[in-house]
Amino acid sequence: MRWLIVGAAVAFLTVFLALPLVAVFQQAFVRGIGPYLGALMHPDALAAIRLTLLVAAISVILNLLFGLIAAWAIAKFEFRGKGVLITLIDLPFSISPVISGLMFVLLFGAQGFFGRFLQAHDIKVIFALPGIVLATILVTFPFVARELIPLMQEQGNQEEEAAISLGASGLQTFFRVTLPNVKWALLYGVLLCNARAMGEFGAVSVVSGHIRGETNTMPLHIEILYNEYQFMASFTVASVLALLALVTLIAKVTLERYDQSE
Amino acid sequence: MNSVADIAAGEAEHLVTSASMRRKTKRHPSVIPGFGITLGLTLTWLALIVLIPIGGLFLKIADLRFGEFWSIVTSRRVLHALEISFGLSLGAAAINLVFGMLIVWALVRYEFPGRRVFDAIIDIPFALPTAVAGIALTTLFAENGWLGGLLAPFGIKVAYTPLGILMALIFIGLPFVVRTVQPVLIDLEAELEEAAATLGANRWQIFTRVIVPIIGPALLTGFALAFARAVGEYGSVIFIAGNLPNVSEIAPLLIVIRLEEFKYADASAIAVVMLLASFGLLLAINRLQRWSEVRAGRL
Repeated sequence: MRWLIVGAAVAFLTVFLALPLVAVFQQAFVRGIGPYLGALMHPDALAAIRLTLLVAAISVILNLLFGLIAAWAIAKFEFRGKGVLITLIDLPFSISPVISGLMFVLLFGAQGFFGRFLQAHDIKVIFALPGIVLATILVTFPFVARELIPLMQEQGNQEEEAAISLGASGLQTFFRVTLPNVKWALLYGVLLCNARAMGEFGAVSVVSGHIRGETNTMPLHIEILYNEYQFMASFTVASVLALLALVTLIAKVTLERYDQSE
Repeated sequence: MNSVADIAAGEAEHLVTSASMRRKTKRHPSVIPGFGITLGLTLTWLALIVLIPIGGLFLKIADLRFGEFWSIVTSRRVLHALEISFGLSLGAAAINLVFGMLIVWALVRYEFPGRRVFDAIIDIPFALPTAVAGIALTTLFAENGWLGGLLAPFGIKVAYTPLGILMALIFIGLPFVVRTVQPVLIDLEAELEEAAATLGANRWQIFTRVIVPIIGPALLTGFALAFARAVGEYGSVIFIAGNLPNVSEIAPLLIVIRLEEFKYADASAIAVVMLLASFGLLLAINRLQRWSEVRAGRL
């Protein structure tokens, strides 16, 4: 019985989770290291990598700030409607990525609510960087906040109250007391937020317009190469994101160990 | 002496509780600064990024007469896409429920070589971008792929069929079940099972009468989370699906197709139906989680 259960579990995990990851690297290096580097150094691939890094950096920083601010308001104070607010922060998790993209097209697209205004002022949101950033922020909206809120609620207010009564300012209290207490959870939230931001496909696909070398992020570039039957090149770009996923997983396990040891 | 001290202590306690109760009735009991500004910024950012876009979607729908809306969402192609998305998501969540339970059991109760590695890779679907998962699964399940090649002699085609969609949805949903149930099973004390065993219960009875009732809410929560995620999934599915209208076309893809045809009203109508279903699921999940916490907390 025992070996039957373990065997079934291991077989299921190998087929559904391990094999896809192995397949990415196998397909990427199918013709050896030279062609792999060639595909990686292609100008379009490099442009996609640069854009992805830029979009992820903006989105993660903004969501990090939001997460800290929201967690402070929710965890440190009592007010009516708190439960509703937490639910609303979690809401983007239950919106299909495609719909997240669609909502911004409806607002800022050529036929959208603000379309005419944007055109009159020559501002491009959809099929440009701002749209990609907005869609990515929406999709990754809850990640940092939802790691911090439960932890900060659990930790309570005593340490902060002590700091304030000893004369510390609000910001001093935040940076010297609160932040050190939540640093691992914060790092973990940022890690997940970043992984999702770099890998987001559906929402970005709708708002990007797929302009090669300009508005193609890495996941979109993978799709284009794949649909052109450039499988090796497609898996080459995919392998970079797969590596990011592996680093994220290893960092997660390490952070959990740190957290437990403290 | 003792009793006097007790009374004094009791009185002090009473004073403290009534004082704290009185304090709770005030709005801002805290000496901690920054309530107004942090809550204001939170609400502003939430409105800009989440609420206004959702509002825009519903405003777009308000342009439609109800008859128009109804004829869009009940057209054959849309109904079929919704059926594919919701039906296969339900199937994938059910498969994940069974295998997720099995995996949690193996990880928590047994020691085996590589257990920690298998525990760590559960999160791959959270960390691996969906487009990467999509092309990897398609390559694996294609007729000349590692797994597709094994199934082809039996006449089973996975890639470019609804079965392929199911595989992708199983992939992305698995960690939701495992990560929801795992902590509850870890906390479940072995004494309960030992007590049942000494009272003469066999293994199956222990599982169905002791274990399932305790981890049941967590199992249901994991199932609902996996289902909710699968319904809206796009990236990992479109590569393996084949995307034939009325056969293997998922609802999110149909939204994208309508958008590319500049049929914004059609895209919005399908989106609203899916969004309302997701919000319903979210409410159900919230209820389930609270139930799950109460259940786990009582033991």
